[in-house]
Amino acid sequence: MADWEVVIGLEIHAQLATKSKIFSGSATAYGAPPNTQANLVDLAYPGVLPVLNAEAVRMAVKFGLAIGASVARRSVFARKNYFYPDLPKGYQISQYELPVVKQGKLAVMLDDGAVKTVGITRAHLEEDAGKSLHEGLVHASGIDLNRAGTPLLEIVSEPDMRSAREAVAYMKKIHTLVRYLEICDGNMQEGSFRCDANVSVRPRGREKFGTRAEIKNLNSFRFVEKAIHFEVARQIELLESGGTVVQETRLYDSDKDETRSMRSKEEANDYRYFPDPDLLPVHIDEAFIDAVRATLPELPDEKAARFARDFGLSAYDAGVLSASRELGAYFEAVVGHLSATHASHGRPGMAAQGLREAGTAERNAAGTTHAKLAANWVMGELSSALNRDNTDITASRVTPAQLSGLLARIVDQTISGKIAKDVFEAMWSEGRSADHIIEASGLKQITDSGAIEAVIDAVIAANPKQLADYRSGKDKLFGFFVGQVMKATGGKANPAQLNELLKAKLGGGPSEPV
Amino acid sequence: MLHTLSIGELGKSLKSGQISSVELTRHFLSRIERLNPALNALTTLTAEQALAQAAAADARIAAGVQGPLLGIPLIHKDIFCTDGVRTSCGSRMLDNFIAPYDATVVARLKAAGAVMLGKANMDEFAMGSSNETSFYGPVRNPWDTAKVPGGSSGGSAAATAARLAPFATGTDTGGSIRQPAALTGVTGLKPTYGRVSRYGMIAFASSLDQAGVFARSAADAALVLQAMAGFDPKDSTSVDTPVPDYPAALDGALDGLKIGLLREFFEGLEARNSALIHDALKIYRSLGATTVEVSLPHLPLSVPTYYVVAPAECSSNLSRFDGVRFGHRCENPADLMDLYKRSRGEGFGAEVKRRIMTGTYVLSAGYFDAYYLKAQKVRRLITDDFRAAFARVDLLIGPTTPTPAFAIGAKIDDPVTMYLNDIYTIGANLAGLPGVSLPCGFVEGLPMGLQLIGPHFSEAKLLNAAHRFQESTDWHRRAPRGYD
Repeated sequence: MADWEVVIGLEIHAQLATKSKIFSGSATAYGAPPNTQANLVDLAYPGVLPVLNAEAVRMAVKFGLAIGASVARRSVFARKNYFYPDLPKGYQISQYELPVVKQGKLAVMLDDGAVKTVGITRAHLEEDAGKSLHEGLVHASGIDLNRAGTPLLEIVSEPDMRSAREAVAYMKKIHTLVRYLEICDGNMQEGSFRCDANVSVRPRGREKFGTRAEIKNLNSFRFVEKAIHFEVARQIELLESGGTVVQETRLYDSDKDETRSMRSKEEANDYRYFPDPDLLPVHIDEAFIDAVRATLPELPDEKAARFARDFGLSAYDAGVLSASRELGAYFEAVVGHLSATHASHGRPGMAAQGLREAGTAERNAAGTTHAKLAANWVMGELSSALNRDNTDITASRVTPAQLSGLLARIVDQTISGKIAKDVFEAMWSEGRSADHIIEASGLKQITDSGAIEAVIDAVIAANPKQLADYRSGKDKLFGFFVGQVMKATGGKANPAQLNELLKAKLGGGPSEPV
Repeated sequence: MLHTLSIGELGKSLKSGQISSVELTRHFLSRIERLNPALNALTTLTAEQALAQAAAADARIAAGVQGPLLGIPLIHKDIFCTDGVRTSCGSRMLDNFIAPYDATVVARLKAAGAVMLGKANMDEFAMGSSNETSFYGPVRNPWDTAKVPGGSSGGSAAATAARLAPFATGTDTGGSIRQPAALTGVTGLKPTYGRVSRYGMIAFASSLDQAGVFARSAADAALVLQAMAGFDPKDSTSVDTPVPDYPAALDGALDGLKIGLLREFFEGLEARNSALIHDALKIYRSLGATTVEVSLPHLPLSVPTYYVVAPAECSSNLSRFDGVRFGHRCENPADLMDLYKRSRGEGFGAEVKRRIMTGTYVLSAGYFDAYYLKAQKVRRLITDDFRAAFARVDLLIGPTTPTPAFAIGAKIDDPVTMYLNDIYTIGANLAGLPGVSLPCGFVEGLPMGLQLIGPHFSEAKLLNAAHRFQESTDWHRRAPRGYD
């Protein structure tokens, strides 16, 4: 049995977030009643002509610059000819031989932290088709042309991916990027972001690619993964049983979790591409490119690198927190608030930990600590709560200022991390500040040495046997005393102080940390 | 006689109140009623609407509004979309099509106050050189109703020649204004590609189509072009360059004008046809121009080049006529494929089908490079030939057609012979150049045309040269018997 290598290339269709269509003035908003956003140009009435929407070109160039691609100084729109009722002109205007973006690449981090570079052959502009509606119609089909003429950026990768996992990671990265660039809303349910996957297998070590199948119109990351898994298994089984893979277009049926043939190469249309004589070649000069470059935001990789460098985050955490502009902004806002709070409040917690006036290095170290704390909370409690309530980060019930208010109470040891989780839940459901909840529920940590000592004394007095055993060498009983003090204080004793004081009270013995 | 007056003269009479636009419109409507049945130059008459437009023009004139076309009647080729009026393009496919908007050309002339009398018959989808491919039957040449008027704008040409309107619009993809103008003895101007908006003009071959005008003189044509020309944001191929004052340029002196005689146009041309052009050259020389022979070596490749490029574009442009949203739809389609096949099979005539098939073939995988791509290369060579010629001369001159009007039915079954009728006109379309055809004499009682071709956007110079020629000749004043 051969060892098979999987080869995958993706064609991603990102609907560009322009207000009007690529060649007409109709609106592009999703969900309008059928054919209310289709004018004479979209309906391909006799005599009408397309006029290119400059915003779509700007967005394509923005994408090209973001993947380090070459932006074509001259690109050409071509007609792809075929008949279908949802294609009113009988041809789709697309770019064929001369696309606007060529030869870029994207570094993609996989789950295991490995980085894979995927080549992007080209990205070209084209118009979307309308939709055929069959539901509720007998012996008839409805045509909705609202989507006809919506601008798409088709992003074509090299066949560089070697597993479904890599393909999904790449697609997610493109998804992140187009939303960063604000050129696509990324809404996969509404079809704003979808892909076709070209899948083939070959015996490992062979250079020549196997025959590929193209799986059309995958509109979720999960479907991409499952469709590729199915297709790979199908092709391997076919080859191992002596069959051959035929070049064809296949559809993924998510209900049955299988792909099935749509049309073979022989049945494929001859699209008769030729330059569209109604549109002039698109000429893009340096000034245009520079103007677009000036609008580029900090890109995901740049943001991740900065998070890792400035905040001492792991590459993985930095990657997660930079996965969307909104998440990154939230995280940075929390860190910002937290640092500001501590600059103005004299860092009581740090003084308690024996830090005197901190030098720059120490301050950075403190900042890093804050950032790590913020990162853990944003990726942990906050993300869980958002997922649980199916809420977007921009609509979070706990604002960055509120979360940093909570974290500040951990840093200054008003509460422990464990209690903070309860406070967070209360904040999420009640919408109040951390201080308010801590105050109202009496959750404030006990940092008064005298008070802690009094409890320790009482615990020791109540457990003479354990004290004797400890003093005779049963080191593990230190934990017993810690537990008893915590129980007596409702978990509110400052752990570090408790550790110090208990050690002194029990006298000598082990110095096991809490 | 109102129908013998020029647009300028009519304008003066309207302004002075000597006549009203309603009277003028009635006059032409009654001529159409009387004379058109023998010619079949119109597909649709819009009498009621015309009289309303004329009354509105009269009101504007009374209010002191001025304009050279205000209150002047015209006929639009039925390729231009006219809001609320059937726009058939000479095809059964669009026999039921009421356009929901005005083409830019229509809107501009409407804004100038011109009054639309009706729509002119034409070859189906502008594909033809004899006006015999129309769903509405052939148009007859007023000089001899057994003869064709030329095409594809045959109805516009015949109507202008028969004095059914002071002017008419047309379109020229391979000669469809100049050739019928020559064959009917009127002045036909095809402007530079991009000079006049194509928006609302039903596309045949998008890279070649250009709207223009039929009139009885270059001076009249200048007034009409002035209203039609100019950048249109709705047409990406229209050119945003200033529109000169065409009427003001008419009287310029021709001293020192260098006219190039197109050698390739005279090879094989019958002596009596050639003699008419040489007579014209004498007149130009007497007006101060110099003439020199010029060769455009690739020009003989124009016809085969055109018959690859134009069908290729038309095969795609006509895909929208699928029976789904507008136009002809077959009865009781069994399924989608049946709907497509029968709607298109029934809706299109033979010549249109021939060109769709030719165009589909030349764009097909495996043939694209040998035909379409090769044709584009030759097109570039022809354009370069013209550019080189215009480095030496100001204008090029030659015959518009090899022969005068031929008999109806004589060539319709022989496409290649028919296609060769455009041998002198196609070059200007391939290179996007402006050209004008002027009456320059008669052969066997039928008018012949003289063609002037100029560099891009040289319409002012072309009209100037045409106007000066017409000041020295009266060919353009001759009217066919019964229509004078």
